[in-house]
Amino acid sequence: MCLGVPGEVVEIRPNALGMTMGTVSFGGVRKEICLAYVPDAQVGDFVIVHVGFALHTVDVDEAQEVFRTLREMGELDELEIPRPE
Amino acid sequence: MSRPDQDESEGKAERLSGATCPLPLADYPKVLLAHGGGGSLTQRLIEDLFLEQFRNPALEPLHDGARLEIDGAQLAFSTDSFVVRPLIFPGGDIGSLAVHGTVNDLAMCGARPLALSAGFILEEGLPMETLRELTRSMARAARAAGVPLVTGDTKVVDRGKGDGVYINTSGVGAILPSADVRPERARPGDTVLINGPIADHGVAIMSVREGLEFETDLLSDSAALHGLTAALVQRAGEGLHVLRDPTRGGVASALNEVAGQAGVGIRIDEVSIPLREAVRGACEILGLDPLYVANEGKCIAIVDPRLADGALETLRAQPLGRDAAVIGKVVDDHPGRVVMRSRIGGDRVVDVLSGEQLPRIC
Amino acid sequence: MKYVDEYRSEEGARRFLDAIRRVVSRPRVVMEICGGQTHTIVKSGIDRMLPDDVTVVHGPGCPVCVTPLEMIDRALLLARRPEVIFTSFGDMLRVPGSQEDLLSVKAAGGDVRMLYSPLDAVKLAATHPEREVVFFAVGFETTAPANAMAVWQARELGLRNFSVLCSHVLVPPAMQAILGAADNCVEGFLAAGHVCTVMGFHEYEPLAERYRVPIVVTGFEPLDLLQGLHMTLVALEQGRFGVENQYSRAVRREGNPQAQRQLEQVFEVCDRAWRGIGTIPQSGYRLREAFAQFDAERRFDVGGIATKESAECIAGEIMRGRKRPDQCPQFGRECTPERPLGAPMVSNEGACNAYHRYGRGA
Repeated sequence: MCLGVPGEVVEIRPNALGMTMGTVSFGGVRKEICLAYVPDAQVGDFVIVHVGFALHTVDVDEAQEVFRTLREMGELDELEIPRPE
Repeated sequence: MSRPDQDESEGKAERLSGATCPLPLADYPKVLLAHGGGGSLTQRLIEDLFLEQFRNPALEPLHDGARLEIDGAQLAFSTDSFVVRPLIFPGGDIGSLAVHGTVNDLAMCGARPLALSAGFILEEGLPMETLRELTRSMARAARAAGVPLVTGDTKVVDRGKGDGVYINTSGVGAILPSADVRPERARPGDTVLINGPIADHGVAIMSVREGLEFETDLLSDSAALHGLTAALVQRAGEGLHVLRDPTRGGVASALNEVAGQAGVGIRIDEVSIPLREAVRGACEILGLDPLYVANEGKCIAIVDPRLADGALETLRAQPLGRDAAVIGKVVDDHPGRVVMRSRIGGDRVVDVLSGEQLPRIC
Repeated sequence: MKYVDEYRSEEGARRFLDAIRRVVSRPRVVMEICGGQTHTIVKSGIDRMLPDDVTVVHGPGCPVCVTPLEMIDRALLLARRPEVIFTSFGDMLRVPGSQEDLLSVKAAGGDVRMLYSPLDAVKLAATHPEREVVFFAVGFETTAPANAMAVWQARELGLRNFSVLCSHVLVPPAMQAILGAADNCVEGFLAAGHVCTVMGFHEYEPLAERYRVPIVVTGFEPLDLLQGLHMTLVALEQGRFGVENQYSRAVRREGNPQAQRQLEQVFEVCDRAWRGIGTIPQSGYRLREAFAQFDAERRFDVGGIATKESAECIAGEIMRGRKRPDQCPQFGRECTPERPLGAPMVSNEGACNAYHRYGRGA
C-alpha cells in the first residue's frame, strides 16, 4: 500500500491548529498536503505523498543506489543510464 | 455512438474482444452512472436497448455521426448531450463544450459542419447570470467555429432534478468530397497519429471536483477540430482511413472501438504518447491512467503509412496540432485488441473499462 | 517527474532482467504483498519478461480485497441513511457487498462521495454540521497515519458529526499467516515499500529468522521491483535469509517515528477478519476508547446484517498465492470487472482485476 508519489515542497505553513501544512508540486501541479509527519522537510525537498500526507523526505543520496548498482552491472557497457540530477 | 465487434458467434466475439461480454441488461434493475461512462456498460445499453428498438441501416454502424444520402448530397448528422459538472471549469464550460462536441462529431465523419441546434434543460433556481455566461460562451464558440446555431429549445425542470443545466446539441454537416473515413478502413500497416497531449480535459474536470482540488489550473483542451480534420482530408484524401475523437473513456476506449469494428489489432508506444507534465503529475497522485481520461480537443487519425509523414506535417502546421505525434500502428496480430509497449519495453493489453475510471489510493 | 521517471528506464530494466536471468539456477517462488506492486508488475509487463524459472505470486496486499464482507455491508447500511454523507477513497466504491455496492447505493439516492484525503472528510463535517459525515477508513499501515490525524483533528475541532468506519489491516501478521501455513510455497518476499516507510522493517527480522526466508523491502517503480526481485533471488541462490532494503530512498529501519506516535495515540491493535483468509489475531487497528465517539461502529447501529459470500469466489486461494486468477473457473466468465464475484476482481489492485485488465489468460 501503495500509491505514494514524490513531489517537491514549495511552501510550508502551520495551520490554525498547529498542524503543519504545505504546498507540494507534482510535475508542476500543486496540491495542499499535510507535512506533520515530516517535520524536518524544507522547501526544495522531495517528499513521498500518500492520501494528502507526506510520509517521508526522499533521501537524495540513497536515491542514487539503484543507479550505482546499475552502473556497476554495466561497467563494460557504454550506454548512459538516466539518473536524478 | 460506437460499439465493439459485432460478430454473432460467441467464440469469435470472445477472441476479438478479449473479454467475455458483461451480463445482459436485464441484470441491472436501475441505470447506473457507469452506464454513461463510455466503457462496456455503455456499449451494452446502446446495443441491447437502443439499437434493438431503433434498428435501421443508417443507425447500425453506430459511428460518431450518421451518414445520410439525401438527393445526391452526402450529409453527416450527429447529436451529443452534455451533463458535465462543474458547469464552468478551467478552459471552458458546458456551453462551449456542447458546441465543440457536436462540431467534432461531424468533423470525425470527414464532414464540414453546417449548422447546430441546442436544447436546454434548465433547473429551476439556476442563476440567470450563469445562464447568460454559458450562452455567451456558446455563441463565442459557435462564431469561432464558423457554425451557426439555427434552432433550439428550452425546458425548465423542478429544483433538485437537473444539476443546473443539461445541454443537447445536434448538428448537420456536408461530407467533404475526398473523405471516406470509417473505422472499418483501418488496415494492418496503417499509422496511428494524435494531434496533441492527452488527458487534459478529464483531469481539468476532476481537479475542481470537491475533494480533489488542486492549486494549479489544469486547463481543458476543449476545442473545435473541423479545421484540422479538413486539412487532413485535403492532404491525405482517401489515404485518411479513420478519424476518431477520444472523448469519454479516453484514447484507450476510442482505439478499442476502432480495433473491434475493423477487426484489426492496434499497437501503441507509451513513450510516444504526448502528455503534459502537470497532467501527468495529477494522474500520478490520483492514481489515474491517462489512457482512460476524457479529451475534448483531440483527434486520432489512422492513415496509410505512405502518407504518415505528410499527415504529421499537416497536423503540426495547425494551431491545434503543434504537438502532434505518431503513437502507434495498426497490426494484424491480436485482432480487436490494443496492446501498448510499456516504457520499460514490456507489453501490456489496453483493455476497455466497464465504467468510469475512479481515482485510487492503493 | 523527478524520482519517478528515472526508475522507469528501459535500459535499467534490461540490465536487471539480464542479471536475474544470470543468477537464477532453478525454479523460485517470490511473493509480493502490495497491490501497488502487482499493478506495476502487470502494467509494465515485467511478469512476462521474467525467465520462466521465476514465479511472482501476488499476496493479500490489496486492503480493498481483504476488507470483510460484513464491513462492506455495514458501509452500505450507513450510506443508505439520509443524514449520512458517506465518504470513501475511490477504490472501495465498486466492491460488492452481499447485495450491491456503494455506487448502486449512490444511484438509489445515497449521498456517497469520493475523496482524495481523510482530511477532506473532516472539512466536510466542519462545513456541514447538520449532517453526519462517515469516512471509510480502509487500508494498511500506510494509510493509518492519515486516518489517525483526521480523527485527531476532528477532536481538536470539537466536531460532533464525524466518524470513521475502521477496517485497517497490518502486514506482518498476514506474512506470518502465509509463511506459517503448512502448504506454503513462498520462498522469498518483497515487502511493501510504503508500509515500511511508516512502520520500518524491524518487525520483519524475526519473521525472516524464524522461517529462514529473504525479505526485501521494495519500492513501486519498475526498476525498484526488478532490483528487489534480483536481491531476493541472489539471497536465495546464496542460501541467505534476513531483511534487506531496496527502497532506501524512502524507508529507514525504524520507519517514521512521528507517524508511529500518532498511530499509538489513536489506534490499538486488535484481531481482524481478512476476507478470503479468515481471522488473523492482532492483525488490525481499531480506535482507542478515548476516541469512541469517532468510531462509526459504536456511533451507529450497524448490527443485524446477514452477509452472503459468493460460493464460487476463490479469493482466499488467490490472495495466499495458491492459485493464479486465470486458474479460477469463474475468471473472465461469471466473474469480470463489471460483475465481480469477489473483491480481487473489483479493486484496481486486486490480482484478478489486474490480470483481466492487462489481458493475462483471458
